[in-house]
Amino acid sequence: MSADAPDRGTGEGLAGRVRDAVLGASARLTLLAVVAALGIGAVVLALSAEETRAALEDGPGSALVAAGGAVGRAYAALLQGSVGSLGALSETLVAATVLILTGLAVTVPLRAGLFNIGGEGQVIAGGLIGGAVGFAVTGLPTVVHLPLAIVAAAAGGALVGWLPGLLKARTGAHEVISTIMLNNTLTFVLIWILTLPLVQVEGRSDPISRQVLDTARLPRLLEGLRVDAGILLALLVAVWVLWFLDRSTTGFELSAVGANPAAATAAGMDPARSTITGMTVAGMLGGLAGGALIVGLQGRVTPGFSAGLGFDGITVALLGRGTVVGTVMSGLLLGALKAGGRAMQARSGTALDLVTVIQALIIVFIAAPGVVRAMFRVRADVGEGARISQGWGS
Amino acid sequence: METTATALRRRRRFAGFGLVLGLVVLGLLRADAGVRTTFVLNDARGARFPLPDLVVPVTGTVRGLALVILALAVVQALRGFGRRDAAMVGVMGGLAVLALLTWAGGGTSISVVSLLRGTLFAAVPIAFGALAGVLCERSGVINIAIEGQFLAGAFTAAVFASVLGSAWWGLAGGILAGALVGLMLAGLTIRFAADQIVSGVVLIVFATGVTSFLTSQLLAGTPAWNAPVRFQAFALPGLSDLPLLGPIVFDQTVLVYLMLLAVAAVQFGLFRTRWGLRLRSVGEHPAAADTVGIGVLGTRYRAVMLGGVLAGIGGSWFTLEAASQFSKEMTGGRGFIALAAMLVGRYSPVGALGAGLLFGFADALATALQRLPVPIPSSLLRATPYVITIVVVAGLVGRLRVPAADGKPYVKA
Amino acid sequence: MRLELRGITKRYPGVVANDHVDLTVESGEVLGLLGENGAGKSTLMNILYGLTTADEGEILLDGAPMTFADPGDAIAAGIGMVHQHFMLVPVFTVAENILLGAEPLDRFRRFDRARARRDVLEVAERFGLPVDPDARVEDLPVGLQQRVEILKALYRDARLLILDEPTAVLTPQEADGLFESIRGFRAAGRSVIFISHKLREHHAIADRITVLRRGRTIGTVAAADADAQELATMMVGRPVVLVVDRPPARPAEGVLEVRGLSVEDPPGTPVVAGVDLTVHRGEIVGIAGVEGNGQTPLVEALTGLRPIASGDVRLRGEDIVGASRRDILRAGVGHIPEDRYRDGVVASFSIADNLAITLWDDERFANGRTRDREAVAESAERVVAAFDIRTPSIATPAGSLSGGNQQKVVVAREFDRPIDLLVAAQPTRGVDVGSIEYLHQQIVAKRDEGTAVLLVSSELDEIQALSDRIAVMFRGRLVGPFPAPIAKEALGLMMAGVDPAEALGGRAA
Repeated sequence: MSADAPDRGTGEGLAGRVRDAVLGASARLTLLAVVAALGIGAVVLALSAEETRAALEDGPGSALVAAGGAVGRAYAALLQGSVGSLGALSETLVAATVLILTGLAVTVPLRAGLFNIGGEGQVIAGGLIGGAVGFAVTGLPTVVHLPLAIVAAAAGGALVGWLPGLLKARTGAHEVISTIMLNNTLTFVLIWILTLPLVQVEGRSDPISRQVLDTARLPRLLEGLRVDAGILLALLVAVWVLWFLDRSTTGFELSAVGANPAAATAAGMDPARSTITGMTVAGMLGGLAGGALIVGLQGRVTPGFSAGLGFDGITVALLGRGTVVGTVMSGLLLGALKAGGRAMQARSGTALDLVTVIQALIIVFIAAPGVVRAMFRVRADVGEGARISQGWGS
Repeated sequence: METTATALRRRRRFAGFGLVLGLVVLGLLRADAGVRTTFVLNDARGARFPLPDLVVPVTGTVRGLALVILALAVVQALRGFGRRDAAMVGVMGGLAVLALLTWAGGGTSISVVSLLRGTLFAAVPIAFGALAGVLCERSGVINIAIEGQFLAGAFTAAVFASVLGSAWWGLAGGILAGALVGLMLAGLTIRFAADQIVSGVVLIVFATGVTSFLTSQLLAGTPAWNAPVRFQAFALPGLSDLPLLGPIVFDQTVLVYLMLLAVAAVQFGLFRTRWGLRLRSVGEHPAAADTVGIGVLGTRYRAVMLGGVLAGIGGSWFTLEAASQFSKEMTGGRGFIALAAMLVGRYSPVGALGAGLLFGFADALATALQRLPVPIPSSLLRATPYVITIVVVAGLVGRLRVPAADGKPYVKA
Repeated sequence: MRLELRGITKRYPGVVANDHVDLTVESGEVLGLLGENGAGKSTLMNILYGLTTADEGEILLDGAPMTFADPGDAIAAGIGMVHQHFMLVPVFTVAENILLGAEPLDRFRRFDRARARRDVLEVAERFGLPVDPDARVEDLPVGLQQRVEILKALYRDARLLILDEPTAVLTPQEADGLFESIRGFRAAGRSVIFISHKLREHHAIADRITVLRRGRTIGTVAAADADAQELATMMVGRPVVLVVDRPPARPAEGVLEVRGLSVEDPPGTPVVAGVDLTVHRGEIVGIAGVEGNGQTPLVEALTGLRPIASGDVRLRGEDIVGASRRDILRAGVGHIPEDRYRDGVVASFSIADNLAITLWDDERFANGRTRDREAVAESAERVVAAFDIRTPSIATPAGSLSGGNQQKVVVAREFDRPIDLLVAAQPTRGVDVGSIEYLHQQIVAKRDEGTAVLLVSSELDEIQALSDRIAVMFRGRLVGPFPAPIAKEALGLMMAGVDPAEALGGRAA
């Protein structure tokens, strides 16, 4: 099987790619996956809602009505909170910034046949190092300080991505295991670093870093809204990744190694180098996500600031079917889901974790298109299913 | 076999490791003269056949251990230990840990019994998870989802044990949930031939989401549903009176005994029975199994489900033995450690137990050191099992023989 | 046992693999099944063995209609199959492999190893095919593995034995031994279906020959009065030129000079030992041998895919030991790898990208770090036309082409850049006859342009048709090369390790 063959489609140029991504055969399946996930999410929500249980005493009929009401309220809040107003759109873009970057951090190594579960560790490293430059380096103007902090974040993430790449290339240690272990390691190392005297806020005993200086903060784009220049950074980076994966010689090498390492070797390419490159670039992208978060929205490093972001990136990348344009668009979609989910929790009292359930369902359906087809009785389509792993051995 | 460049490089690397380790022990673990460490060999609750405490001088012991490590490293560099090279690295590591314990316990006492008892206890989820992995992967299905099975098992065990008022019901619930996640994994990877690693990751996210969602949505409002009746330790009559071994192995909780039984049963089943032969054939060469009339998909389904049962037991440990209630994401990555334990144990049940004990020891050690006046931050101690995993996996997996069809969906011609 | 297949039809999306195939095997008969790759032989046998089910048609055993839902049913009905790619678990022992699926249990319901050993020894004794029941299959040579495969079927008391391309892994002499065994089965009243694409073997062993082409039965002839040319025509559908038109070679200076080359895998175990070889401009040197005697590591070492343990390899006088694969390719070595699906093409990539893959970062196909996609497309259009690659467009994924056209992509890629040495390993394996003819012509044409050609093939016919000098590899050592032609019998003896002086009858002292 091809390792996540790049979806070349019929369209030429960026517009063509967007059109393919929206209207193409695989896009229909993606849409169905989202719909099915929302549907099952509604069932879970209906079954667990307080109202349903309360109304059950009045008979199944009223329980059904109550359940319908609960689902309606929750999903209305979800929609309202994601695209219902300028403020909601701003929140969607804020969430999408990180999602696009962590999604790309999975998409790039995916091309090389590598599964990066280390997004979380890479986000930690990027946020910590970017943040450190942001609060520890003083006396620089914004034009120097901000880029410096962002480059530092990228470098920190790259380092954390490089290590599992190196281990895989040199010793064959599977990147899935080593990236997960790095995530856990860095989570604890982060807590320790946040208690160090140079990092911790003075006078606090809990692990929390000092505030990033204003000269290193990403500027807000609109008065009174939280959306900042991070989204522009993410889109700029996405354009670079598009070139890197689809136009550059290195990206071609990466894709060849991912699709058929033996043939790539026979063509004179170096799979070990591609492995290291793929993971390092992935780490850089994860680091940028962490940096954008810390020098943007958050302003300081806290324990757990990265929780779940790596797994979010996996959802985004799989939903984007390994293409750059797809990743950006699914980043926006899941950003909306996240922003809406928070509004839903605030307004209808439905736990935000429902969004995680829906996300998981979406990738279930993307990873196993047969499930969706069985559900909607859709016939087989071309280029479906993400086959990415090659077992432990390779 | 003659000495070759790769073997030589490996030997040099091992020797270098030993040298550095020995010097670190010698240089960093310093204590004032006359400080002693007491190793208590008796159970704190009293013993029928008491053993004397072991009291050692810190400086002398640490130096002695360091010298042994250095001596081993020198032998390693000069002529190597042949096939025991890797084992010797383990011995050097073990000696270093002993030195660390001696140094950390300076001026106070360390209970060997509670350390090793804790090791066995902490090994429970790791060993069960690794056993689950062994069963799945020996049949050709990669199971990354152990963490998800733990979460589902822990959650369901907590609810069952709370609502039905018995830890045994809790265990049944945990088993059910683990098997259910196993069924989902089997369905995705076998029926729908989805990518196995992606499926596993998806199920982790799914189990995390569902258990977290239900915890907020259901358990937060009804605390009575999250107050499980838990298993208590019970001593096996007679055996628990053995010195040292008794309190460590034979005065344990239900799941520890179950773990030992399960390891023996799976080891026997895999390598001595027809069932095991067929299961392994399906994981090595499914087409060959198919051509002699063995149902490949059915065998894999059953193996993955049984793996789910074992992982579910491992998950029950969290709420029936380790903690008093379920909390979001309480498994804290132990499912991944179990995965690593499976690899370290080289796909063998006994190996899985061994690796489980290694990680259990790291856990117990971190807990023990936290209680001692040691200038090591606790968060770094808690990171050590993960670092160990990276080091071990990096050192091992390259030379690991993976079941040949592991990770490959079987599609008929 | 008498087998009759009536109107067997199997359709896959876009292809009819079997189109109303009829076939009969009498009791105590050896039926030869002849056809090119892709003619539908494997599909037909998979249906007969219960690995897949037919869309239409009937299977009759001794006149009774049968349905096989899985191989278990076929085995129970007395059908046994020896697959071309052995269905053996490499890490299991011989006994475990033979008894898998039919394991004896002791009274504790454990797998009874002692009885397993006894049973295996007993069946091996009965059929005169001795094996060590405790040996691990992965440690056995291929010929013995095939014996285990046969015993597996015989242990289940197969009365109809299907042998799928059984001689591909054997020396001519080993093949003769296999034929002896087959005659033994026939004498015992068992039926055999013998599948091969080699005409000569059908003459040697079959009673009747059924020819398949593009999923259809073309006809059945008695082996005794079948004519080779006639059979070839039936198989391919048009008259076939069985001889390659090859003018005499005009060798010039040496291009590849190898002295004392050794390769170890794993380190410490030599798989190529002390090979000396010179290939000159304008000549084809063929290396014959049963697979697994070191040809693959030799080729990989010469083309930079494998480290060299010791020895000296020079290309146009320059030392290339330790050079990277990339540098060796760009120094003028062309390589047609033996496993094109694995090493030759990236199936999911377009034909254009596959044609450019060895020079992907060369200035011919890239501007700095950005790929020049126009140059890639232009070059691809030209090459596709020049090498007659049958494809809807250059954007078609290479994996969707037929085997022959994929091989043309590989050959075109290597021929379209300047090379002084061509290393061709199994260049026509799994390729249809039309493409074989074309590829052979291309290789000879390349020779006549002044390229040095090293040809490695396990098909003796191919070696003899193309080579100007022939060497034989046996257990990592190279014997020869000797000037062609060399009699097939002599090559066969050398492939089995017989001293060349003896094999050639004193010709090469």
